[in-house]
Amino acid sequence: MRYIEPHAHMVSRVTDDYERMALAGCEAVCEPAFWAGFDRSSPAGFHDYFCQLTEHEPKRAAKFGLKHFCWLCINSKEAEEVKLAEEVIALIPKFLDRPNVLGIGEIGLNKNSRSELRVLEMQVALAARHQQLILVHTPHLEDKLKGTRLILDVLKNDQRIQPQRVIIDHVEEHTVKMVLDAGMWAGMTLYPETKCTPARAIDILETFGHERLWLNSACDWGVSDPLAVPKTALEMKKRGHAAGAIDRVVYQNPQKFLGQCLKFKL
Amino acid sequence: MTRQQILDLYFLDARHKLIELAAFLDRVERADGKDDFRLKAFHAALGALTSRKKQKAKNVLIAFSDPTIEPIAKAEGKGAVGAFSGTK
Repeated sequence: MRYIEPHAHMVSRVTDDYERMALAGCEAVCEPAFWAGFDRSSPAGFHDYFCQLTEHEPKRAAKFGLKHFCWLCINSKEAEEVKLAEEVIALIPKFLDRPNVLGIGEIGLNKNSRSELRVLEMQVALAARHQQLILVHTPHLEDKLKGTRLILDVLKNDQRIQPQRVIIDHVEEHTVKMVLDAGMWAGMTLYPETKCTPARAIDILETFGHERLWLNSACDWGVSDPLAVPKTALEMKKRGHAAGAIDRVVYQNPQKFLGQCLKFKL
Repeated sequence: MTRQQILDLYFLDARHKLIELAAFLDRVERADGKDDFRLKAFHAALGALTSRKKQKAKNVLIAFSDPTIEPIAKAEGKGAVGAFSGTK
Protein backbone atom coordinates (compact mmCIF):
# COMPACT_ATOMS: atom_id res chain seq x y z
CA MET A 1 0.00 0.00 0.00
CA ARG A 2 1.15 3.54 -0.76
CA TYR A 3 0.01 6.62 1.11
CA ILE A 4 0.75 10.29 1.68
CA GLU A 5 0.81 11.69 5.21
CA PRO A 6 -0.57 15.18 4.55
CA HIS A 7 -0.34 16.50 8.11
CA ALA A 8 2.37 15.49 10.59
CA HIS A 9 4.56 17.47 12.98
CA MET A 10 7.73 15.53 12.43
CA VAL A 11 9.99 17.95 14.31
CA SER A 12 8.35 16.48 17.43
CA ARG A 13 8.83 12.85 16.41
CA VAL A 14 11.80 10.52 16.76
CA THR A 15 13.70 9.34 13.68
CA ASP A 16 12.32 5.81 14.18
CA ASP A 17 8.89 7.18 13.21
CA TYR A 18 10.20 8.12 9.76
CA GLU A 19 11.40 4.54 9.32
CA ARG A 20 8.08 3.07 10.50
CA MET A 21 6.13 5.35 8.16
CA ALA A 22 8.36 4.46 5.21
CA LEU A 23 7.95 0.75 5.97
CA ALA A 24 4.16 1.23 6.06
CA GLY A 25 4.17 2.68 2.53
CA CYS A 26 4.43 6.42 3.13
CA GLU A 27 5.86 8.28 0.13
CA ALA A 28 5.67 11.88 1.36
CA VAL A 29 5.06 13.71 4.59
CA CYS A 30 3.72 17.28 4.82
CA GLU A 31 4.36 19.34 7.92
CA PRO A 32 2.29 22.43 8.78
CA ALA A 33 3.85 25.00 11.07
CA PHE A 34 2.27 24.76 14.50
CA TRP A 35 2.66 25.38 18.22
CA ALA A 36 5.74 23.84 19.81
CA GLY A 37 3.97 23.07 23.09
CA PHE A 38 5.29 26.33 24.51
CA ASP A 39 5.18 29.97 23.38
CA ARG A 40 8.16 31.30 21.47
CA SER A 41 9.43 34.54 22.93
CA SER A 42 10.35 36.40 19.75
CA PRO A 43 10.10 36.38 15.94
CA ALA A 44 13.63 34.94 15.91
CA GLY A 45 12.24 31.74 17.40
CA PHE A 46 9.87 31.41 14.45
CA HIS A 47 12.64 32.23 11.98
CA ASP A 48 14.66 29.31 13.32
CA TYR A 49 11.59 27.05 13.18
CA PHE A 50 10.97 27.97 9.53
CA CYS A 51 14.62 27.14 8.79
CA GLN A 52 14.16 23.79 10.56
CA LEU A 53 11.08 23.02 8.44
CA THR A 54 12.68 24.02 5.13
CA GLU A 55 16.31 22.92 5.60
CA HIS A 56 16.81 20.32 8.31
CA GLU A 57 13.63 18.23 8.32
CA PRO A 58 13.72 17.38 4.56
CA LYS A 59 17.19 15.90 5.06
CA ARG A 60 16.01 13.78 8.02
CA ALA A 61 13.10 12.44 5.94
CA ALA A 62 15.28 11.79 2.88
CA LYS A 63 17.35 9.28 4.84
CA PHE A 64 14.33 6.99 4.63
CA GLY A 65 13.38 7.80 1.05
CA LEU A 66 10.58 10.10 2.15
CA LYS A 67 9.84 13.46 0.55
CA HIS A 68 9.20 16.19 3.08
CA PHE A 69 7.04 19.26 2.39
CA CYS A 70 5.90 21.99 4.75
CA TRP A 71 3.51 24.89 5.33
CA LEU A 72 4.43 28.16 7.04
CA CYS A 73 2.51 30.51 9.34
CA ILE A 74 2.09 31.67 12.90
CA ASN A 75 -0.37 29.29 14.54
CA SER A 76 -3.53 30.33 16.32
CA LYS A 77 -2.26 29.33 19.78
CA GLU A 78 0.38 32.06 19.53
CA ALA A 79 -1.88 34.60 17.84
CA GLU A 80 -3.16 36.44 20.90
CA GLU A 81 -0.32 38.97 20.63
CA VAL A 82 -1.10 40.67 17.33
CA LYS A 83 2.16 42.66 17.20
CA LEU A 84 4.24 39.49 17.51
CA ALA A 85 2.08 37.87 14.84
CA GLU A 86 2.64 40.79 12.47
CA GLU A 87 6.39 40.48 12.89
CA VAL A 88 6.29 36.72 12.26
CA ILE A 89 4.05 37.13 9.21
CA ALA A 90 6.56 39.62 7.79
CA LEU A 91 9.20 36.86 7.88
CA ILE A 92 7.22 34.39 5.80
CA PRO A 93 7.47 35.76 2.21
CA LYS A 94 11.22 35.21 1.98
CA PHE A 95 10.66 31.50 2.73
CA LEU A 96 7.85 30.93 0.23
CA ASP A 97 10.15 30.16 -2.71
CA ARG A 98 11.94 27.39 -0.88
CA PRO A 99 11.51 24.06 -2.71
CA ASN A 100 9.46 22.20 -0.05
CA VAL A 101 7.04 25.01 0.93
CA LEU A 102 3.46 24.21 -0.15
CA GLY A 103 1.58 27.22 1.20
CA ILE A 104 0.28 29.00 4.30
CA GLY A 105 -0.75 26.79 7.23
CA GLU A 106 -1.90 25.66 9.58
CA ILE A 107 -3.62 28.97 10.18
CA GLY A 108 -7.01 29.10 11.90
CA LEU A 109 -8.51 29.59 15.33
CA ASN A 110 -7.97 28.06 18.76
CA LYS A 111 -10.23 29.81 21.32
CA ASN A 112 -12.11 31.92 18.75
CA SER A 113 -10.83 35.25 20.09
CA ARG A 114 -10.81 38.59 18.30
CA SER A 115 -7.01 38.63 18.09
CA GLU A 116 -6.92 35.11 16.62
CA LEU A 117 -9.51 36.20 14.07
CA ARG A 118 -7.47 39.30 13.13
CA VAL A 119 -4.31 37.20 12.66
CA LEU A 120 -6.27 34.67 10.59
CA GLU A 121 -7.47 37.46 8.29
CA MET A 122 -3.90 38.75 7.89
CA GLN A 123 -2.64 35.31 6.91
CA VAL A 124 -5.49 34.65 4.50
CA ALA A 125 -4.55 37.96 2.86
CA LEU A 126 -0.89 36.88 2.78
CA ALA A 127 -1.85 33.65 1.00
CA ALA A 128 -4.00 35.57 -1.46
CA ARG A 129 -1.24 38.08 -2.27
CA HIS A 130 1.26 35.29 -2.94
CA GLN A 131 -1.18 32.84 -4.62
CA GLN A 132 -0.54 30.19 -1.97
CA LEU A 133 -2.54 27.12 -0.98
CA ILE A 134 -4.13 27.37 2.48
CA LEU A 135 -4.30 24.72 5.22
CA VAL A 136 -6.61 25.58 8.13
CA HIS A 137 -6.61 24.26 11.70
CA THR A 138 -10.03 24.20 13.36
CA PRO A 139 -10.38 24.52 17.15
CA HIS A 140 -10.62 21.67 19.59
CA LEU A 141 -13.62 20.07 21.25
CA GLU A 142 -16.34 22.53 22.34
CA ASP A 143 -14.79 25.36 20.29
CA LYS A 144 -14.73 23.54 16.94
CA LEU A 145 -18.27 24.19 15.70
CA LYS A 146 -18.18 27.94 16.34
CA GLY A 147 -14.59 28.24 15.12
CA THR A 148 -15.29 26.42 11.87
CA ARG A 149 -18.18 28.79 11.15
CA LEU A 150 -16.01 31.86 11.88
CA ILE A 151 -13.19 30.51 9.69
CA LEU A 152 -15.52 29.86 6.76
CA ASP A 153 -16.85 33.41 7.07
CA VAL A 154 -13.32 34.85 6.87
CA LEU A 155 -12.45 32.75 3.81
CA LYS A 156 -15.71 33.53 2.02
CA ASN A 157 -15.31 37.25 2.72
CA ASP A 158 -11.97 37.41 0.89
CA GLN A 159 -13.01 37.35 -2.76
CA ARG A 160 -9.48 36.39 -3.86
CA ILE A 161 -9.68 32.98 -2.18
CA GLN A 162 -10.53 30.02 -4.40
CA PRO A 163 -12.28 27.39 -2.25
CA GLN A 164 -10.72 24.43 -4.07
CA ARG A 165 -7.29 25.71 -2.94
CA VAL A 166 -8.23 25.55 0.76
CA ILE A 167 -8.29 22.54 3.08
CA ILE A 168 -10.06 22.81 6.43
CA ASP A 169 -8.55 20.25 8.75
CA HIS A 170 -9.74 18.35 11.82
CA VAL A 171 -13.38 18.12 10.65
CA GLU A 172 -15.79 15.86 12.51
CA GLU A 173 -19.40 14.82 12.00
CA HIS A 174 -20.78 18.26 12.98
CA THR A 175 -18.46 20.33 10.73
CA VAL A 176 -17.67 18.28 7.64
CA LYS A 177 -20.82 19.18 5.69
CA MET A 178 -20.42 22.95 6.02
CA VAL A 179 -16.84 22.69 4.74
CA LEU A 180 -17.69 20.54 1.74
CA ASP A 181 -20.73 22.69 0.96
CA ALA A 182 -18.40 25.71 0.81
CA GLY A 183 -16.44 23.98 -1.98
CA MET A 184 -13.34 23.47 0.15
CA TRP A 185 -11.44 20.31 0.99
CA ALA A 186 -11.86 18.65 4.39
CA GLY A 187 -9.23 16.81 6.42
CA MET A 188 -10.06 14.16 8.98
CA THR A 189 -7.53 13.82 11.78
CA LEU A 190 -7.09 10.44 13.41
CA TYR A 191 -6.33 10.81 17.12
CA PRO A 192 -6.56 8.19 19.84
CA GLU A 193 -8.59 10.41 22.22
CA THR A 194 -9.93 13.49 20.42
CA LYS A 195 -10.98 14.23 16.84
CA CYS A 196 -11.77 11.13 14.68
CA THR A 197 -11.16 7.45 15.24
CA PRO A 198 -10.56 5.29 12.15
CA ALA A 199 -14.10 3.89 12.39
CA ARG A 200 -15.70 7.35 12.53
CA ALA A 201 -13.55 8.69 9.71
CA ILE A 202 -14.71 5.81 7.53
CA ASP A 203 -18.32 6.51 8.58
CA ILE A 204 -17.83 10.07 7.28
CA LEU A 205 -16.39 8.75 4.00
CA GLU A 206 -19.33 6.37 3.59
CA THR A 207 -21.77 9.22 4.30
CA PHE A 208 -20.20 12.03 2.25
CA GLY A 209 -18.29 10.14 -0.44
CA HIS A 210 -14.63 10.34 -1.39
CA GLU A 211 -14.55 13.78 -3.03
CA ARG A 212 -12.36 16.45 -1.43
CA LEU A 213 -11.61 14.44 1.72
CA TRP A 214 -8.29 13.22 3.12
CA LEU A 215 -6.99 11.44 6.21
CA ASN A 216 -4.07 12.51 8.37
CA SER A 217 -2.47 11.58 11.68
CA ALA A 218 -1.44 15.12 12.73
CA CYS A 219 1.10 13.31 14.91
CA ASP A 220 2.97 15.72 17.15
CA TRP A 221 4.42 15.93 20.65
CA GLY A 222 1.12 14.86 22.25
CA VAL A 223 -0.79 11.57 22.31
CA SER A 224 -0.90 10.71 18.61
CA ASP A 225 -0.01 7.92 16.20
CA PRO A 226 2.20 8.45 13.12
CA LEU A 227 0.76 5.24 11.61
CA ALA A 228 -2.87 6.31 11.98
CA VAL A 229 -3.40 6.66 8.21
CA PRO A 230 -2.26 3.12 7.24
CA LYS A 231 -4.18 1.72 10.22
CA THR A 232 -7.31 3.43 8.90
CA ALA A 233 -6.61 2.01 5.45
CA LEU A 234 -6.57 -1.43 7.07
CA GLU A 235 -9.88 -0.66 8.78
CA MET A 236 -11.31 0.35 5.38
CA LYS A 237 -10.19 -3.01 4.00
CA LYS A 238 -11.88 -4.83 6.91
CA ARG A 239 -15.08 -2.95 6.05
CA GLY A 240 -14.94 -4.15 2.48
CA HIS A 241 -13.68 -1.04 0.71
CA ALA A 242 -11.95 -1.86 -2.58
CA ALA A 243 -8.20 -1.31 -2.93
CA GLY A 244 -8.83 1.44 -5.48
CA ALA A 245 -11.13 3.32 -3.12
CA ILE A 246 -8.58 3.11 -0.32
CA ASP A 247 -5.81 4.34 -2.63
CA ARG A 248 -7.97 7.25 -3.67
CA VAL A 249 -8.45 8.43 -0.09
CA VAL A 250 -4.93 7.89 1.25
CA TYR A 251 -2.91 8.73 -1.87
CA GLN A 252 -4.75 10.19 -4.85
CA ASN A 253 -6.82 12.76 -2.94
CA PRO A 254 -3.90 14.38 -1.10
CA GLN A 255 -1.88 14.21 -4.32
CA LYS A 256 -4.70 16.02 -6.17
CA PHE A 257 -5.02 18.83 -3.63
CA LEU A 258 -1.32 19.27 -2.93
CA GLY A 259 -0.49 18.98 -6.64
CA GLN A 260 -2.10 22.40 -7.09
CA CYS A 261 1.27 23.59 -5.80
CA LEU A 262 3.71 22.83 -8.62
CA LYS A 263 6.47 22.09 -6.09
CA PHE A 264 4.60 18.98 -4.90
CA LYS A 265 6.19 16.26 -7.01
CA LEU A 266 6.60 12.61 -5.93
CA MET B 1 -21.66 -3.83 4.85
CA THR B 2 -24.84 -5.44 6.12
CA ARG B 3 -26.20 -4.68 9.58
CA GLN B 4 -25.08 -8.15 10.68
CA GLN B 5 -21.54 -7.55 9.42
CA ILE B 6 -21.35 -4.23 11.28
CA LEU B 7 -22.54 -5.93 14.46
CA ASP B 8 -19.94 -8.65 13.99
CA LEU B 9 -17.17 -6.07 13.54
CA TYR B 10 -18.08 -3.45 16.14
CA PHE B 11 -20.55 -4.80 18.73
CA LEU B 12 -18.04 -5.94 21.34
CA ASP B 13 -16.07 -2.70 21.04
CA ALA B 14 -19.23 -0.58 21.39
CA ARG B 15 -20.44 -2.71 24.33
CA HIS B 16 -17.07 -2.20 26.04
CA LYS B 17 -17.31 1.58 25.56
CA LEU B 18 -20.89 1.71 26.83
CA ILE B 19 -19.93 -0.10 30.05
CA GLU B 20 -17.03 2.34 30.47
CA LEU B 21 -19.55 5.21 30.24
CA ALA B 22 -21.78 3.57 32.84
CA ALA B 23 -18.84 3.00 35.16
CA PHE B 24 -17.76 6.62 34.74
CA LEU B 25 -21.21 7.83 35.80
CA ASP B 26 -21.20 5.43 38.78
CA ARG B 27 -17.78 6.80 39.77
CA VAL B 28 -18.95 10.41 39.56
CA GLU B 29 -22.11 9.62 41.57
CA ARG B 30 -20.12 7.82 44.30
CA ALA B 31 -17.78 10.76 44.75
CA ASP B 32 -18.40 13.62 47.21
CA GLY B 33 -18.62 17.30 46.28
CA LYS B 34 -20.20 19.31 43.49
CA ASP B 35 -20.12 18.61 39.80
CA ASP B 36 -20.00 21.26 37.08
CA PHE B 37 -21.15 22.17 33.58
CA ARG B 38 -19.27 19.21 32.08
CA LEU B 39 -21.54 16.64 33.73
CA LYS B 40 -24.64 18.57 32.66
CA ALA B 41 -23.34 18.60 29.08
CA PHE B 42 -22.59 14.90 29.38
CA HIS B 43 -26.18 14.13 30.34
CA ALA B 44 -27.44 16.33 27.50
CA ALA B 45 -25.24 14.37 25.12
CA LEU B 46 -26.59 11.08 26.48
CA GLY B 47 -30.02 12.33 25.51
CA ALA B 48 -28.85 12.71 21.93
CA LEU B 49 -27.37 9.22 22.12
CA THR B 50 -30.61 7.53 23.16
CA SER B 51 -32.83 9.61 20.88
CA ARG B 52 -34.54 8.03 17.87
CA LYS B 53 -33.09 10.78 15.68
CA LYS B 54 -30.42 9.94 13.12
CA GLN B 55 -26.93 11.50 13.04
CA LYS B 56 -26.27 10.62 16.69
CA ALA B 57 -22.53 11.34 16.55
CA LYS B 58 -23.19 14.80 15.11
CA ASN B 59 -25.84 15.54 17.72
CA VAL B 60 -23.60 14.40 20.59
CA LEU B 61 -20.83 16.69 19.32
CA ILE B 62 -23.28 19.60 19.08
CA ALA B 63 -24.46 18.95 22.65
CA PHE B 64 -20.90 19.65 23.85
CA SER B 65 -20.33 22.65 21.53
CA ASP B 66 -20.28 26.40 22.12
CA PRO B 67 -23.49 27.61 20.40
CA THR B 68 -22.55 31.31 20.38
CA ILE B 69 -21.48 33.11 17.23
CA GLU B 70 -19.41 36.15 18.29
CA PRO B 71 -15.63 35.90 18.84
CA ILE B 72 -14.58 36.19 22.48
CA ALA B 73 -12.74 39.32 23.64
CA LYS B 74 -9.55 37.55 24.64
CA ALA B 75 -8.25 33.98 24.82
CA GLU B 76 -7.60 33.10 28.48
CA GLY B 77 -5.35 30.09 28.10
CA LYS B 78 -5.05 27.71 25.18
CA GLY B 79 -6.85 24.51 26.12
CA ALA B 80 -10.36 23.20 25.61
CA VAL B 81 -12.18 21.19 28.30
CA GLY B 82 -14.64 19.29 26.13
CA ALA B 83 -17.90 21.02 27.01
CA PHE B 84 -19.28 24.56 26.73
CA SER B 85 -19.38 26.29 30.11
CA GLY B 86 -22.15 28.65 29.10
CA THR B 87 -20.24 31.71 30.31
CA LYS B 88 -18.57 33.07 27.15
